[in-house]
Amino acid sequence: MEKATVMEKATLRENATVMEKFTVHTGTAAPLRRTDVDTDQIIPVRFCASTRRDGHADSLFADWRTEDGFVLEQPERKGATVLVAGQDFGTGSSREYAVWALQDYGFRAVIAPRFGDIFRGNSLMNGLLTVVVPAAVVERLWELTEADPTALVTVDLERLQVRCADLVQDFTLDEDVRRRLLGGLDAIADTLLDEADIARYEATRRPALPVTRPPVTYPPATVR
Amino acid sequence: MGTTLAQKAWDAHVVRRASGGGKDDLLYVDLQLLHEVNTPQAFDRLRAAGRTVRRPDLTVGTEDHNTPTLALDRVIKDREGRRQAELMRSNCAEFGIPLHRFGDPGQGIVHVIAPELGLVRPGMTIVCCDSHTTTLGAFGALAFGIGASQVEHVLATQTLPMRPLKTMAVNVEGTLPEGVSAKDLVLALIAQIGTAGGQGHIIEYRGAGVRALSMEARMTLCNMSVEAGSRAGMVAPDETTFAYLERCPGMPQGEEWDAEVAYWRSLASDADARFDREVTIDARELSPYVSWGTNPAQSVPLAGQVPAAADFGTAAERAAAERALTYMDLKPGTALRDVSVDTVFLGSCTNSRIEDLRAAADVLRGRKVADGLHMMIVPGSARVRLQAVEEGLDRVFAEAGADFRVGAGCSMCAALNEDRLLPGQRAASTNNRNFEGRQGRGSRTHIVSPAVAAATAVTGRLSSPADL
Ligand code: SF4
Repeated sequence: MEKATVMEKATLRENATVMEKFTVHTGTAAPLRRTDVDTDQIIPVRFCASTRRDGHADSLFADWRTEDGFVLEQPERKGATVLVAGQDFGTGSSREYAVWALQDYGFRAVIAPRFGDIFRGNSLMNGLLTVVVPAAVVERLWELTEADPTALVTVDLERLQVRCADLVQDFTLDEDVRRRLLGGLDAIADTLLDEADIARYEATRRPALPVTRPPVTYPPATVR
Repeated sequence: MGTTLAQKAWDAHVVRRASGGGKDDLLYVDLQLLHEVNTPQAFDRLRAAGRTVRRPDLTVGTEDHNTPTLALDRVIKDREGRRQAELMRSNCAEFGIPLHRFGDPGQGIVHVIAPELGLVRPGMTIVCCDSHTTTLGAFGALAFGIGASQVEHVLATQTLPMRPLKTMAVNVEGTLPEGVSAKDLVLALIAQIGTAGGQGHIIEYRGAGVRALSMEARMTLCNMSVEAGSRAGMVAPDETTFAYLERCPGMPQGEEWDAEVAYWRSLASDADARFDREVTIDARELSPYVSWGTNPAQSVPLAGQVPAAADFGTAAERAAAERALTYMDLKPGTALRDVSVDTVFLGSCTNSRIEDLRAAADVLRGRKVADGLHMMIVPGSARVRLQAVEEGLDRVFAEAGADFRVGAGCSMCAALNEDRLLPGQRAASTNNRNFEGRQGRGSRTHIVSPAVAAATAVTGRLSSPADL
């Protein structure tokens, strides 16, 4: 099989409708002045029995939203799309529900000084941009967006910059991931660009390797 | 410089090297295992994107986490659990993936059935949306747990972008004394290196102490690699591996078999291979181990005592110990042998294979489970149950007053089915995690080996067979 042509690659990209492109996003912010927000806080385990990825918006920070004055419950934060949080956001359980809940609520990016490893991996797989900036920059973003809830925060993946009022901050991201997000390619669409390589690999796999079909059948068990 | 087993398995699966300035290799996956939890979302997204399963013939499913154990014709009581099982069945049917349903002779805990079905061989890459996939590294396979999005990725492409991992050698010197098992070895190791000791690494277990272990014991060892924070655990294939595989269904025959064995032999780490980290543990000094706290690293010899928070070096460790002591309701200085339990659970992907059941039966033969204590034995697979019955172990268990369940599965390991401890109940359990609430809300778990589990069932207190 030949390598996909440029045209075919473009079609593959078109078909990859699963993930929204991320180029430059501008929106209002929710300043979440908390550190060590683990995934249990982002979405408590009792909401994780669902077999769906959507419908989790109401479960986001469920235990905090009943507290007085929680940031997401303030009327001026309605429609916020950028979450600005403290150190170690998304630690703990690997549940991908945490990412789904944030996206379902409307967030496109989370800015924090440091993220839990697995959460960060999950978020970038799903097109939720997690941006690492120094703690002082987070502090400044908190101040700016608290003083003016309509202040717009721009997360620019093309120039790898976060901007808000007079603040301009560069950030870094793995090049593979950046390319994928910019193209709106989900990881699968991205991998399928190399479909020819996969097919070529498959053609050379050792023939003795096991297959699951037809499945091994044992004689019926007589159970005592 | 030579290469390690892990690197050889990795290199043999690189579809394309890291590209575009990123750091990920694209790895081919030889086998994806599925169970009913965590998979419905992956199939939904696959459908939404108009994609299909690339290699249903390299994919297999089972039902294990929610399945009942009391009878094979029982339905899953929990509504969400039943829904997960129903979706598993319809998704597998739709995409042509073979599924070993509850009640089928091939059904059981995903990590137990995979080798039984002859699907696990040295040098393979194996993934499953389950952290204890590390179990299968016992065969010299590169086997690791993945997240829900990655399941979808493998279904659609049969590959996974992966950043290279570091390697760590665990050298086990000498062989285990009589009455000490692989479970004790791995608990001692985790107590030594901590729950993050293997983070970012693939462990290779090496040395005389590992070579002497059976395949079942190696699976126990590799199973708990993830409790040391490592991504995978591996044992180089040897005569023990080949002898085990020869008995599995679907193996190549004649010359083809010989060629496979020759290839498998070549996978062993080269003599001059370098590991990023090396740890040594002396098997000859080990005795039965038991956990006292709420993570597997909080383990000590059964002959020892419950430690005090002040015994620990760092503030974080002291705080964790303090919390664990309160949760476990234990006083520092208490001899572990004085701790009474009300339940004994023999099961889970760590210790529910035939050898584990035999070890327990050897202790229980001619003895009785203590009054008022419930000993529950849940086979890892339908095959294991069948073999236990053929060997007459069911009668040994019945005569001892133990409760040998009919249905195979995870059962009380994760307490997602009906089997669970009540708040405050204390169990000696052969599973792998003693986290708060792991075996039911408010449950207290002491991780032990099968032999210690059986001896504990007889005395009602944490005991080893030597204490009887
Ligand atoms: S037996 Fe326990 S650890 Fe193993 S797969 Fe089942 S729930 Fe997970």
